[in-house]
Amino acid sequence: MLKVFLWVVRRDLILSIRRRSDVFTALFFFVIVVSLFPLGIGPALDTLRQIAPGVVWVAALLASMLSLERLFAADHADGTLEQMLLTPQPVALLVLAKVIAHWLVTGLPLALMAPLLGLQYDLSWQALEVLIASLLVGTPALSLIGAIGAALTLGVRGGGVLVSLLVLPLYIPVLIFGAGAVEASVSGLGEQSHMSMLGAILVLALVLAPLATAAALRVSAE
Amino acid sequence: MLSVENLSCVRGDRRLFKELNFSLENGELLYVHGHNGSGKTTLLRTLCGLILPEEGEVRWNGVNVRSLREEYTKDVLYLGHKNGIKGDLTGLENLRISSILDGFELAESSAWKALEDIGLDGHEDLPSKVLSQGQKRRVALARLLVNQAKLWVMDEPFTALDKGAVALLQSVIGAHLDKGGLVVLTTHQEVPLTSGRARRLKLGWRD
Repeated sequence: MLKVFLWVVRRDLILSIRRRSDVFTALFFFVIVVSLFPLGIGPALDTLRQIAPGVVWVAALLASMLSLERLFAADHADGTLEQMLLTPQPVALLVLAKVIAHWLVTGLPLALMAPLLGLQYDLSWQALEVLIASLLVGTPALSLIGAIGAALTLGVRGGGVLVSLLVLPLYIPVLIFGAGAVEASVSGLGEQSHMSMLGAILVLALVLAPLATAAALRVSAE
Repeated sequence: MLSVENLSCVRGDRRLFKELNFSLENGELLYVHGHNGSGKTTLLRTLCGLILPEEGEVRWNGVNVRSLREEYTKDVLYLGHKNGIKGDLTGLENLRISSILDGFELAESSAWKALEDIGLDGHEDLPSKVLSQGQKRRVALARLLVNQAKLWVMDEPFTALDKGAVALLQSVIGAHLDKGGLVVLTTHQEVPLTSGRARRLKLGWRD
């Protein structure tokens, strides 16, 4: 079972490496959106410091949503997805493997890139550390929740818009606690409570989202 | 043994077929034929469990496949209109990943051999997207050589294949039937079987 899991992760990583351009669009989108705000607002450091957590997190949300389409659409188009549904492996396990591979090439680079972008907002080192930590815990939850939406809108016309309507409301808790963690740390309240909530959301998504996604894929395959 | 009882299927608001009954013994092949839109593909997808039937049930060795789940998918190999191979992966990688998903690990040497046997020698380690239609089909068909599944469900397996490949596929199907396997396939080109017992099922009302 573990072997199958690792093979699927490997397969999706190989596919991402061979289609690098798809991977980088989400990352560049994130970098550009976050960089636009300081340019638009000007060098008002106090304002920038205040909006930084919110801006970075909203950009992360949008970038994660943008990359969702890649998760199942290609596999659906070439028929490998229906083959996966017909294997003796539990579909939720395959979904989890695909989501993890997806996160490794979209969510993880985003979290690693964030401190560099945070510098434009004059964030302190301490705040940057919390920002990375919150993104590292929050973005996998985004990928997991987003997978449900991606699976539900497979093969639907105008699926891209529909997926944002479905998924963005579900992203709200992650946004609140993610951005909240950084704000709390900046204001000296301590980020622990927000981080715990974020962790709880991740665990919940880890358990439930693959099952929901698997069920959605079966419906979409009909 | 595969049996179908009282099966009916609806796509959209159109009833494609109803009260369909048949059974298939080990070593038998079923030709499903009928005009375009008569529900051949829907029937095949229902047989492997991709589509839930509106009414009736599909049984494998007497048990409803919905309660068998993974026990059943282990025994079934489905080849649809889509080849189910990734264009960015090579033939070898495609074959090995689909084997792992089917529940067995295929050694690299066996994968090379299977692709060579299916007539892809020299093209095994090219990305599948640079192959021709027929060669892509052959990559998909290579699964037949390594898979242990008992029931093969194939939707138009002969399309895009050249004469040599059709003959090869015929003999592969024949060998599978001789081993006691079951085959359900749709085709528009009548392809005579080399061995085994063939049965027919006609869908639709037109001739």
